[in-house]
Amino acid sequence: MSDRIDSDAGMEGAGRNLPPLRLHVPEPKFRPGDTADFSDFDIPPAGAQPRPDETAQPGDMRDLAYGLVRVLDEEGAAVGPWDPKLPPETLLKMLRAMALTRAFDARMFRAQRQGKTSFYMKSTGEEAVSIGAAAALASDDMCFPSYRQQGILIARGWPIVDMMNQIYSNKGDRLKGRQLPIMYSAREAGFFSISGNLTTQYPQAVGWAMASAARGDTRIAATWCGEGSTAEGDFHSACTFASVYRAPVIMNVVNNQWAISSFSGFAGAEATTFAARAIGYGIAGLRVDGNDALAVYAATRWAADRARANAGPTLIEHFTYRVEGHSTSDDPSAYRSADEASHWPLGDPIARLRKHCIALGIWDEEQHAAMDRELAETVRDAAREAEKNGILGHGLHHPMESMFEDVFEEMPWHLREQQQQMLDEWKAAGL
Amino acid sequence: MSDMMSEAVTETHGDTVQMNMIQAINSALDVMMERDPDVVVMGEDVGYFGGVFRATAGLQQKYGKNRVFDTPITECGIIGVAVGMGAYGLRPVPEIQFADYIYPALDQLVSEAARLRYRSAGEFISPMTVRSPFGGGIFGGQTHSQSPEGIFTHVSGVKTVIPSTPYDAKGLLIAAIEDNDPTIFFEPKRIYNGPFNGHYDAPAKSWAGHAQAQVPTGYYRISLGEARVARAGEALTIICYGTMVHVVENMVAEMGVDAEILDLRTLVPLDIQAIERSVRKTGRCLIVHEATRTSGFGAELMAQVQERCFYHLEAPIERVTGFDTPYPHSLEWAYFPGPVRIREAINKILKD
Repeated sequence: MSDRIDSDAGMEGAGRNLPPLRLHVPEPKFRPGDTADFSDFDIPPAGAQPRPDETAQPGDMRDLAYGLVRVLDEEGAAVGPWDPKLPPETLLKMLRAMALTRAFDARMFRAQRQGKTSFYMKSTGEEAVSIGAAAALASDDMCFPSYRQQGILIARGWPIVDMMNQIYSNKGDRLKGRQLPIMYSAREAGFFSISGNLTTQYPQAVGWAMASAARGDTRIAATWCGEGSTAEGDFHSACTFASVYRAPVIMNVVNNQWAISSFSGFAGAEATTFAARAIGYGIAGLRVDGNDALAVYAATRWAADRARANAGPTLIEHFTYRVEGHSTSDDPSAYRSADEASHWPLGDPIARLRKHCIALGIWDEEQHAAMDRELAETVRDAAREAEKNGILGHGLHHPMESMFEDVFEEMPWHLREQQQQMLDEWKAAGL
Repeated sequence: MSDMMSEAVTETHGDTVQMNMIQAINSALDVMMERDPDVVVMGEDVGYFGGVFRATAGLQQKYGKNRVFDTPITECGIIGVAVGMGAYGLRPVPEIQFADYIYPALDQLVSEAARLRYRSAGEFISPMTVRSPFGGGIFGGQTHSQSPEGIFTHVSGVKTVIPSTPYDAKGLLIAAIEDNDPTIFFEPKRIYNGPFNGHYDAPAKSWAGHAQAQVPTGYYRISLGEARVARAGEALTIICYGTMVHVVENMVAEMGVDAEILDLRTLVPLDIQAIERSVRKTGRCLIVHEATRTSGFGAELMAQVQERCFYHLEAPIERVTGFDTPYPHSLEWAYFPGPVRIREAINKILKD
């Protein structure tokens, strides 16, 4: 048999002395019970990355897609060409928004555990990604966030009671109890309706930016997705469109290392960086220390200025760590080492910005502790206020018939008929 | 009621000239781009070239590249970008080159465009009209022949429109573009250039001389959700849309049957009153579509007729549809629900 195959020129292989093929299935370095050790991480010192002109050609700045833009050094000093040299009031405003986001997360996580709502997602450890960006964007730039950018709304001063009403799906919920908790929508805040389907917001942000450019507007768009969902086709469609039309858009990849239980290797991190995805599309790529609020600010500002100068889109990878579970429905101790977060070599974003402010002499530990106490009260009071509008599962906060509204602008006959049928059935059942 | 309503809301301007369906669609786009600066046209090959079927010919030249532009070959991207443009405040009219290519865009259509108004309680809307040639009969094989309307009628939050004549194509497309909800506008490409009676071996006919090919050059609209009585009759009701309207009309004429032919024009929202009124009158109902049978839109029509007209029925409701196979290239005319099968079904319904 093998002779016959060997003699057939078109069927070589089976009988030849070749090594068997192997399938590579990525495996994270640490699993439950392992001691996390990140000492082999290649972390460039703060200030080491060059800062090109905002209109630089993407081909002239490829190294930045593999490096790590960092501004805050170990002592809390802002160093290097990317230092945005922010005034004290901006620094303290960012610090406060980050602390408020963390306090908000703590309160809402607890509310979910107390049975007041079905679901919650914390952004612990990733606050700088949202708040650094929000601070660098104009307040009327349009954001197309993923589900872990609550910091944008908080940084933009959106009322947290309104956010809580949404989380409780109560009668104060402007979204009428239709969306999973944290899937906010706030048009007035330039915050697009969050989808549960991943990265669909990417081409939408590009489309919004294209429309803005076609109209000669001055506003730009920004969008966020996780590193895991860069694998979605939408991500690549968006990059292609952004490149083709040089759309004024900032595309952020929040690389927090984990997509539920799948580590970043399942999105391609073993082979390259996520910022390097930009290179193939010929767009500017920046890789940034996502736990450094000043680096996030500086990169976002660079990308925003680039977009406003009609120099095209930017893809920014924010290298960070998801300190908590994916959501309240997740238990990360089942798949990753428990001490990864505490060993994370880029530290905690709030602690780092606090250290910087203290080093500048504009802040101290006592003020910070007082702020944390004040913010804990703020979120507690806001939660009490929101709970006056009801909590999930305790009664109908929106009339049943409202279920049929907003499917279309005008309700067609078949929805009216189904609405009436529902009401009749409940009535007949004596309810 | 629907006939009267469609007369009442139809507003015609300009001269009336003969157009084929492509020209009528082109004219609708032209009229809307002229009237509304928010209307933008996008898709593969739609710009400089004017579309593989020429439906967008001349529009880029007239309205510029900011409003009429070619796109990369990613249907997911085309519809995703259209959602974003809609959120900005534009009124996009993306073209998907063939309905068979629409599947990569399903997530953006189903989970995004169709749900945006609902999930944001009206903060954001998606007023796009997705134009796409659909249906077979052109030897397009399985990737240029499909009729996926049933996929969209199953989705809450989108409207589905299918014209069968140049006059309707223009009026319905204008109404779809003006509509603030996402609309799938399927264009039966077999009848772009002329009505098709189902006899594939007969010489092709053009729209010349057809009453429904007399199209006003200006603005007029045909409200979505209103069926057209293509032929009034008493013996049975035949519900159909798109290409099949012409195939059915021809067979009814050949057989000399006094059938009432309802051209649905819009599948969602459906003109249920027109269906109910007609079937109650005739007591017999045949449903004809080119799409595959199982879970096809005909199944919904049968259910509606059964629920509303059961005591008026004198024979079981029948369906003539495409078979539950992919669209076969060389066996196209065995697959196509043509004259032979429609004749059989009409005879069967009238027998009892």
